[in-house]
Amino acid sequence: MKTYYNPQDLKKFGNIGEFQKGLAEKFFDYYGETFKDGALTAREKSLIALAVAHTLQCPYCIDAYTTDTLEKGCDEEQMMEAVHVAAAIRSGSTLVHGVQMMNKVKDLSM
Amino acid sequence: MKSLEAEGQALAKGPLQIQFLENTPINGYGFTSFQDKLNEIDLYPLKPTGIEIFQINLGKMCNQVCKHCHVDAGPDRKEIMTRETMDACLNAIEESGAHTVDLTGGAPEMNPDFRYLVEKLSGLGKKIIVRCNLTIIVANPRFHDLPDFFKKHKVEVVSSLPYFTAVKTDSQRGEGVFEKSIHALKKLNAVGYGMEQSGLILNLVYNPSGAFLPPNERDLKLQFQKKLRDKYGIYFNELFTITNLPISRFLDYLVKSDNYEAYMEKLIERFNPTAAHNVMCRNTISVGWDGFLYDCDFNQMLDLKLDIPDPHLNNFRRETFNIRNIVTNNHCFGCTAGAGSSCGGAISG
Ligand code: SF4
Ligand code: SF4
Repeated sequence: MKTYYNPQDLKKFGNIGEFQKGLAEKFFDYYGETFKDGALTAREKSLIALAVAHTLQCPYCIDAYTTDTLEKGCDEEQMMEAVHVAAAIRSGSTLVHGVQMMNKVKDLSM
Repeated sequence: MKSLEAEGQALAKGPLQIQFLENTPINGYGFTSFQDKLNEIDLYPLKPTGIEIFQINLGKMCNQVCKHCHVDAGPDRKEIMTRETMDACLNAIEESGAHTVDLTGGAPEMNPDFRYLVEKLSGLGKKIIVRCNLTIIVANPRFHDLPDFFKKHKVEVVSSLPYFTAVKTDSQRGEGVFEKSIHALKKLNAVGYGMEQSGLILNLVYNPSGAFLPPNERDLKLQFQKKLRDKYGIYFNELFTITNLPISRFLDYLVKSDNYEAYMEKLIERFNPTAAHNVMCRNTISVGWDGFLYDCDFNQMLDLKLDIPDPHLNNFRRETFNIRNIVTNNHCFGCTAGAGSSCGGAISG
């Protein structure tokens, strides 16, 4: 069955340089550098990436960062808490816009 | 849960595992054999650097049946080393010049002559390591004094604890294992193991509870230290991270969970030449319960004996041993992936 998302394609990510080498190299250098231990540990960065991947709902990133967080020593509970952080921010940011709606309602109402 | 052997599964047999490892294509790679990889870095045939560690497998009997066990150990396994073979080991240890003797199994303590061997080794002045699964200490009253026995002979204790939570530990090692392990660790701490300045070494072993590679050893040690200390008041010395090799029960798991190809691909992709130069078989000899000789405990389980004439304890000669070619196959990718893996944990930073 043909689908838009194929798990095998994740491994081909590195090939994006085929069509534009220079920018791909810059991107992967930056990417690699970003995920190294810094003020945040590589493990903390991996959990952030996992949360962001869920916000973007990117199957490639969810696949990659589920494995990566496990390989950074995280467990299921920590990983699910990271997803909840993503979910809380998403729902919170939806709800906080309710204030705009309320403002507008008040503007329009007698 | 039973051993693969007791269930009569095909992958219980070493030669069938080798056949599988050699002939199953790895997605996207055609096939890169371990030999090809060693050739690429001029390391084939792999040669020993001397004998430092003499590892003895005292038998396949164990009180646990862990899902990943490369020995396919369990209560249903009856293979066990006799005292006569232990005596032959003692002679070979003297001949070998090894400074360390590493006792493993199964649960080595279940061998009825385990204490006899430790006492003899202690008399020889060798450093003794026991790979203790922890739960054995609390399994039966006759094992309750093991911490004191270990202490008396200054045995270094190396114990598996795949994680600092019950869920992850029990999913790999069996229901209730975490709680019993914590209990046993407290007993070891109580006699001084893992405590500062006691000189009694308690090292823990992490191995992934699934088809992924171990985390960075240093980072994980910090997490383990904090969690075990804060929650349970437990102390230990080092944490070793060990990669699961694609053999025996872990291989069976990989195949049944449809993770085999992706896992092998990952091991091959993360091949690390520095780790390859430092694999443990270069300075280790491994003896099976029946006295046969192997390059490592993994080869032992695959029935890949030393590549020398008559590879048995009774004919042990240091010279022949030091000029042999190490027998490798595709399972060896497990020792060379990422930071590498050995019985002493990661082998390169
Ligand atoms: S991994 Fe160790 S404790 Fe678990 S079954 Fe195998 S020998 Fe026993
Ligand atoms: S599996 Fe054994 S023979 Fe192969 S590299 Fe590892 S230690 Fe050496």
